[in-house]
Amino acid sequence: MLESESALIELKDVEMEYDNGTKAIRGISLRIDPGEFVFLVGPSGSGKSTIIKLLTGEVEPNAGRVRVNGFSTRNISERQIPLMRRTLGVIFQDFRLIEKKTVYDNLAFVMRAVGASAKESRKRIPYVLELVGLEKKAYSYPDELSGGEQQRVAIARALVNNPATIIADEPTGNLDPERSLELMDLLVKINKLGTTMVVVTHEKDLVDHFGKRVVTIDSGRVVNDSVGGYVGGRIHV
Amino acid sequence: MSKHNFGYFIHEGVSNMFSHGFMSFAAIGITVACLLIMGTFTLVAVNANGLLKDLERENEMLAFVEEDFAEPKNLQSKLAAIPNVASVTFISRQQAMERFVEQYPDEEMFRDLDPNILRDRFSIKVADLERISQTKAAVDAVDGIAYVNASEEIAGGFITLRNVATVVCVALIAILFLVSVFIISNTIRLTTFDRREEIAIMRMVGATNGFIRWPFVYEGFLMGFLGASVAFLMEWGLYEAVAQGVSTSDAMQLIEVIPFKELWGPVAGSFAGAGIFIGVGGSLSAIRKYLQV
Repeated sequence: MLESESALIELKDVEMEYDNGTKAIRGISLRIDPGEFVFLVGPSGSGKSTIIKLLTGEVEPNAGRVRVNGFSTRNISERQIPLMRRTLGVIFQDFRLIEKKTVYDNLAFVMRAVGASAKESRKRIPYVLELVGLEKKAYSYPDELSGGEQQRVAIARALVNNPATIIADEPTGNLDPERSLELMDLLVKINKLGTTMVVVTHEKDLVDHFGKRVVTIDSGRVVNDSVGGYVGGRIHV
Repeated sequence: MSKHNFGYFIHEGVSNMFSHGFMSFAAIGITVACLLIMGTFTLVAVNANGLLKDLERENEMLAFVEEDFAEPKNLQSKLAAIPNVASVTFISRQQAMERFVEQYPDEEMFRDLDPNILRDRFSIKVADLERISQTKAAVDAVDGIAYVNASEEIAGGFITLRNVATVVCVALIAILFLVSVFIISNTIRLTTFDRREEIAIMRMVGATNGFIRWPFVYEGFLMGFLGASVAFLMEWGLYEAVAQGVSTSDAMQLIEVIPFKELWGPVAGSFAGAGIFIGVGGSLSAIRKYLQV
């Protein structure tokens, strides 16, 4: 398999229905190439979160194929799920930091979880914290940081294991407009270093500001896929 | 499991226990309480069983020698060789008469009785009361024995009492054990619930189930072991206090409490085994639901 082949994300004719009968995805096909920056937009309940769950292996498609960085998530074995997840970094709207651990320990914890030694952590964590501008906050606890800083810790945590792809689920949902712009700038900077970026957002202004590829989802279907900002479709904030 | 992970798991297990101090304290406290209740009940049962066995051993049969049998003492070795016979004591006519008179000190008419109206006899104690009928028949068959008196009904009563007591004890201990596992598993489940976010993050970054599970296993092991140690020390103190109370009480002079030094090994082993089983089992069962997907 070519390097570029192993690092792409592909959904092919994917259908997904939850146990309660909700049809979340209705025949989506989507390809994200290595190094791309993609905004995933759409109204609440459109299926964006289900796409993230499909990419992280939390749910399996009922039909079609999902490939993530060389792994097919349909019928994936339990042993392979952790290996697939190591190719991804996930950022959540509510940060999901461990309150009882310092910034450094929040990062060391996820490095250790994938088998890195303490020595490797000591080398990698200062570099990542510098990248997100938090080198002086390494020994602070999450509740001592502002919302923007906490989200940057979450980005550092997503980055620290050097994943091929970062998936950010509403990363600016809890931030003011100025902090949101700063954070998105940071994600663009990380993308320029070679990491594929998939950002789920509701914020039309941000999407328009950056002029990246925008995939609009509605009622479980891709209704628009274009470059240069939000075009057509509906975005409900 | 690599060597540096082993050290990490132990470190995480220990530090998690301290960083979730209240819940750990609750889990250890419940382990102590459950082991203490089970242990106390078991020790009471062991002592009651010992007491019953002592009483059983006091149960004797009398083998009466034929009137004209010469040298009755010679029968002693034959009787002692019979299976299930624990001890044989010869009682001459004279001794039997003395005992009889002692039993009725106020009856003057018994004092001048001729000992020859009684027979020489052997007092026989058996090892296993359940086989008293076979033993009686074997004694009866010995040449020179006229007849045998054995309280088979009393022996049967003892056996029934001991069997019922054993079944009741085993059933109660099993129920207590299951209740303990349930309570402790739920307590650890609460501590795990407190940490579901950590587990979710570990899963999301690609930690294997084994990596997530091991610190909980060590934590459960440690909590179980600590709970068992505290329960053992408390049980020891409690037992000695009760034993002391029984030995100094006039009303309970007949009860002989088994010294703790004869019991500490099995008690320590059972407590450690049960504590670790409950701790590790409780942790594994509590974390299982968070490891799916």
